[in-house]
Amino acid sequence: MTDPRPADPRATAGTVRRVGERALLVELPGTAEVAALYGWLAERREAGELGAVEELVPAARTLLLDGVADVDAVAALLRTARPTAAGAAHGPLVEVPTVYDGADLAEVAALWGVSEEAAVRIHAAPEYVVAFCGFAPGFGYLTGLPARFEVPRRATPRSSVPVGSVALAGPYTGVYPHPSPGGWQLIGHTALLLWDADREPPALLAPGTRVRFTPERA
Amino acid sequence: MNELVVERPGPLTTVQDLGRRGVAHLGVPRAGALDGPALRAANRLVGNEPGAAGLETTLGGVALRAVGPVLVAVTGAPSPVRVDGRPAAWGAPVVVPAGSLVEVGAATAGVRGYLAVAGGIAVPPVLGSRSADLLSGLGPAPLTAGDRLPVGAPPPYRAGPELVPLPAPPTELVLRLRLGPRADWFTPEAVARLGRDRYLVSPTGNRVGLRTEGPAVARAREGELPSEGMVLGAVQIPPDGRPVVFLADHPTTGGYPVVGVVPADDLAAAAQARPGTPVRFVPLRGR
Repeated sequence: MTDPRPADPRATAGTVRRVGERALLVELPGTAEVAALYGWLAERREAGELGAVEELVPAARTLLLDGVADVDAVAALLRTARPTAAGAAHGPLVEVPTVYDGADLAEVAALWGVSEEAAVRIHAAPEYVVAFCGFAPGFGYLTGLPARFEVPRRATPRSSVPVGSVALAGPYTGVYPHPSPGGWQLIGHTALLLWDADREPPALLAPGTRVRFTPERA
Repeated sequence: MNELVVERPGPLTTVQDLGRRGVAHLGVPRAGALDGPALRAANRLVGNEPGAAGLETTLGGVALRAVGPVLVAVTGAPSPVRVDGRPAAWGAPVVVPAGSLVEVGAATAGVRGYLAVAGGIAVPPVLGSRSADLLSGLGPAPLTAGDRLPVGAPPPYRAGPELVPLPAPPTELVLRLRLGPRADWFTPEAVARLGRDRYLVSPTGNRVGLRTEGPAVARAREGELPSEGMVLGAVQIPPDGRPVVFLADHPTTGGYPVVGVVPADDLAAAAQARPGTPVRFVPLRGR
């Protein structure tokens, strides 16, 4: 596996802000530090060291703890936390068989200055990690693509993006778990069922999950 | 299994319990009754567990045909209750014989009414809850005419309190506000004014958020905030400057700065405040 960018050990404690009566928001330098803290807190919670905490919600540069029974104790613990990146990317590995036939593949290849075949190789090379979910149930924001391959969102969002679309925006790759409107650049599609509320786990791409895209023929 | 058949769904009637927990990291909103104390009270009146699923109506009521006999109770926004056209009690257990029509009329005050039935609405749970989530579409869709709602086995009847005290819908909505986490994105004057200025409940609100009309809250800084986790009661300030108070169907993350958070205890009143109701924010200083 490729190592994610190591978390900065001096910064992982982060800034802790109170959010109402029962929640805390930790500000961190970036997704690597968020992932490290998320993994560390999930382990502490599992071990019963946090008391009751209903939700751990990672985002791009923050981690929210909501429904915290003892806010002061958890805030004190967070101020001394020194999670390492080692705990971050130990989630399960999911392979996403992908047909690279998206409507925006040619445009993405042009932005990268390569052929479509090379663009597929670039996208399928890294191991990705789900940094966080948002936008819709089971919509994971995957990091792992080198920064030089960031692409802008489409100037005009599509009113309907098919389920299973593999797409790029900014530093992230995502796979649409439901048909929905969307402004990401579509590079391919997968037949994998990403979201099933009756399945455990309902979301294949939950935070911490490692992901590989394997190119398939249509 | 006994059933309730929807004859008139009303403007917006949804199945609600106390919502989903532990799935916000997957992007799943909490959902659940907007006026939690009113749903709990209705459940108590019919002998249910407090978190049993009931129906949440919006201003206009609902009409249901009972296939078998049921015990129901209506709470929340005060409204006329009728069984086969005859007046029945609001805020008290009501026996509905097999084949009878139970009608909740238009609310005379407030917005959200709750109808609990002994045994609960027994639609299949999704991620641990039977609640309709109107943001992401999880759970049962809003009621439409002809829907058949399964009713669970009624619990053994326990004579409960016949009277459940519930606050009247607010004529002025007073929302305490614990400042932060992003109060520093606004000028100190703007935060101070937020506690003095008067707002009105906007008609554009919904289960996602209570929207307000009034003076814009001035930003102290430009720019965008990367999306971050959101809590129930968060007061977001969108670009137009008018505070939005997040209710049960709020998105799990959001990018507009949150000036403060309204304690959950104040949100039942927010669920019952009609458009045009004056709103006052009372900032609490954080520790």
